[in-house]
Amino acid sequence: MPFLTLSHISKHFGATPVLQDVSLAVEPGEILCLLGPSGCGKTTLLRIVAGLETPDQGQILVQGNVITTLPSHRRDFGLMFQDYVLFPHMTVGDNVAFGLKMHRWPRARRMARVQELLALVELSGYENRPVYELSGGQQQRVALARSLAPNPQLLMLDEPLGALDRTLRDQLLVALRKILKQLGQTALYVTHDQIEAFAVADRVALMRAGRIEQLDTPEALYLRPASPFAAAFLGMENILQGTLISLRPPIIRTPAGLLQPHELPAGLGVGATVQLVIRPEGARLAQENEKGPNVLALQLLHRSFRGAHTLMQFAGMASASELRFEFAGAGGGAHPGQSVRVTIEPDAIVVF
Amino acid sequence: MKLTPLRRWLLAALPLLFLSLFFIYPVASIFKLSLWQNGRLDWVSLQVLWQKAYYLRVILFTLWQAMLSTLGALALGLPAAYVFARFQFWGKTWLRALVTLPFVMPTVVVATAFIALVGPRGLLNRALMGMWHLSSPPVHLLHTLSIILLAHVFYNTSVIIRMVGGFWATMDARQEGAAAVLGAGPWQRWRFITLPQLAPAIMAASAMVFLFNFTSFGVVLILGGPGFATIEVEIYRTAVRLFNLPVAAALSLLQMGFTLLLMWGYTRLQQRMTVPLTFQAARHNQQPPRTWAQRGLVAAVFLALGLFLLAPLLALLVQSFHLGGRWGLDFYRALLVNRTNSVFFVTPIQAVRNSLGFAAVTILLAVSMALPAAFLLAEPRSGSFSLVRWLDTLFMLPLGTSAVTLGFGYIVALNHPPLNLRASLLIIPIAHTLIAFPFVLRAILPVLRGMNQHLPEAAQMLGASPKRVLRHIYWPMMRRALLVGVIFAFTISMGEFSASLLISRPQFPTLPVAIYRLLGQPGVSNFGQAVALSVLLMLVTAAGYLGIEQLRTGSEEF
Repeated sequence: MPFLTLSHISKHFGATPVLQDVSLAVEPGEILCLLGPSGCGKTTLLRIVAGLETPDQGQILVQGNVITTLPSHRRDFGLMFQDYVLFPHMTVGDNVAFGLKMHRWPRARRMARVQELLALVELSGYENRPVYELSGGQQQRVALARSLAPNPQLLMLDEPLGALDRTLRDQLLVALRKILKQLGQTALYVTHDQIEAFAVADRVALMRAGRIEQLDTPEALYLRPASPFAAAFLGMENILQGTLISLRPPIIRTPAGLLQPHELPAGLGVGATVQLVIRPEGARLAQENEKGPNVLALQLLHRSFRGAHTLMQFAGMASASELRFEFAGAGGGAHPGQSVRVTIEPDAIVVF
Repeated sequence: MKLTPLRRWLLAALPLLFLSLFFIYPVASIFKLSLWQNGRLDWVSLQVLWQKAYYLRVILFTLWQAMLSTLGALALGLPAAYVFARFQFWGKTWLRALVTLPFVMPTVVVATAFIALVGPRGLLNRALMGMWHLSSPPVHLLHTLSIILLAHVFYNTSVIIRMVGGFWATMDARQEGAAAVLGAGPWQRWRFITLPQLAPAIMAASAMVFLFNFTSFGVVLILGGPGFATIEVEIYRTAVRLFNLPVAAALSLLQMGFTLLLMWGYTRLQQRMTVPLTFQAARHNQQPPRTWAQRGLVAAVFLALGLFLLAPLLALLVQSFHLGGRWGLDFYRALLVNRTNSVFFVTPIQAVRNSLGFAAVTILLAVSMALPAAFLLAEPRSGSFSLVRWLDTLFMLPLGTSAVTLGFGYIVALNHPPLNLRASLLIIPIAHTLIAFPFVLRAILPVLRGMNQHLPEAAQMLGASPKRVLRHIYWPMMRRALLVGVIFAFTISMGEFSASLLISRPQFPTLPVAIYRLLGQPGVSNFGQAVALSVLLMLVTAAGYLGIEQLRTGSEEF
């Protein structure tokens, strides 16, 4: 049985629909990530699960029991806020102990638990520090310790790394997943950052305008985005339109040239208009005599050396947007303005 | 904190009901009394003000003394503002505290202090008589325009120094250097660089001071004597002594009109003051005085302020122990005695007890009014919901209404059914609550507004019930601000004179009213008791002020 089930949740703010018929299930011990652009409803969904908002429609179930109207403080869930919301009038130790005090843990057990949690987030010895003396990364870890301390059945994290800079974020991301997995913690994680979602989650629910667009493991999501929106949100910006001119082998005519994808979605017939995306890492420079579909002659606009790869930007053909590909190493000697022959890997092409 | 519409209205209900009953209704009654006669709109009582030369003189005098007093405060305040803004010197913190002290003193204390200093039995006259063996006091300041002006300057210099000096301190001092490098002399630097930037602050401070002087009551009533009357004093005399209520109402109306106009002007000027200039933390603009001219200026300001602001208060203190020619506690002892020929049915110390009782009720009422109002106003603005902004203005309105008008409104409105409180002791704390409410609200509101709105949610998610959220989150974060609010309510209630004079019952005088009555009685003993009571009030107020200064975090620097 899933630990948490959301069934047909809808929510309006005034006349604006924020969530429309959202259903999902979180398995015990699973880290599920709600991913989406700002305004897609992911934070509202989190707040509804937390009991800080009430849904207009739908039910929330924990292990089969309806908790939709249970007040937040009786749900036994933890929530880590984006800006941490540490209690400024308390020390680090008192912050971590707050939830234990609310759950009426005896003092000795409380102290031991605080020690344990501070050790877990590598802040042992900080319990008497006032929270405003801490750095951003330390505050983040205190917030994590505080929300984990009362052993919540479900931990919710609302953009927990959003306020940190990139380097710190990458470090904490790894630590965070390690800690959550070590505890076997069921967690709901909200972020707008695809890299963060992929690194931390077991499954990702991609949200768009109050609905769940696609729900899958990170790998599956990346390899088989279900829609152009999903593809674009996951960083696949090379979007083309084309016409299917052959089914076996599958050939699509696009303004950039003929393309042969690895596979087609079921139910398409010859002559159908399709949308497709090409992953940026799915191109290489064509060999001298290479011919056939997937070999495109493109006009180079800019090139930008990035160390491990070179990013090249090509003119879009006939109203298509510009195409960007990453090439290994220095990426050949072509100059902007010249034509470059490029080969696309069949499995880098996703057709909708 | 997110509120449901029902809770929002429940929170609003208490302060709204209170304001409607005890502010809007009395003020509306004044309007009705002056403009509505025999069932129709009638300008007769307003016309009286123009037609009778006496009232015209009162209006002109009110404007005239307010202007002179404002100029006086500027003359002393501007050099002091400059010294505070630009120099660091020994004793500055102390002097800054001293400067604000007069502003928070109740009017009766200031009036009594000036009489103790320059009155017929004042320290100055006694010293001069002793020195030159005179038989009568040589200084005749009591019941003159001069003493009114002196007391007003005493009061309001701090406003000029705080407002102008505070603004001046954040003005980048390097601008003057830049102008000097471009060839501007000292006069040109003042004329073209400093003054244009400072002008809005000076104007705003002047408008504020003018407003205070314009609505001056206690100082004019006590120090001016029967020969002088501002509109405010005239409302009191017309209503209480002559019992001509329609004319008093017309005067109140005029007073409110002027006040609104001045407040409007002040708000406009204050908005111009906040034009972003190149602001700099004050301490970067301040240096110890270097040249002899600078040292002279700092010393002069230090001495002038110290003497002028301290002298009356010190005279009060000295006179309370030493008036009949010898040192002693006689006057303090007399406060405890009920003399049959006294103007009181009770001992003067009973007035202290009355005031303490009224203050306690005021604290209770003001805090229970201000707390829900603050929670309401601190709510994060949601969409086009303008109720909050509207309430914000409404809650500040009592500040713009003079206490005499308020007291008069109570006489007019609350002495007959449906709401007859004339005989109730509650009427005094109610009036005090109304006056203190904006201050208490402003003391609490910044804390609530500055609080991370997710804090209560964070506590809730950790298992805290709403009650425990209040206890563990709101209470620890708000208690300092609440204490500031409590002190405000207490000191305002203890010192309030104007409204109390109109509505207090003879058997239950407040402390300031008792002082006023004692001052009106002949004889050294009565005066001595007035002085002793004033000292008590002064100490209570000073303690309150120091307490508030201590409790306030992030004090403004200048």
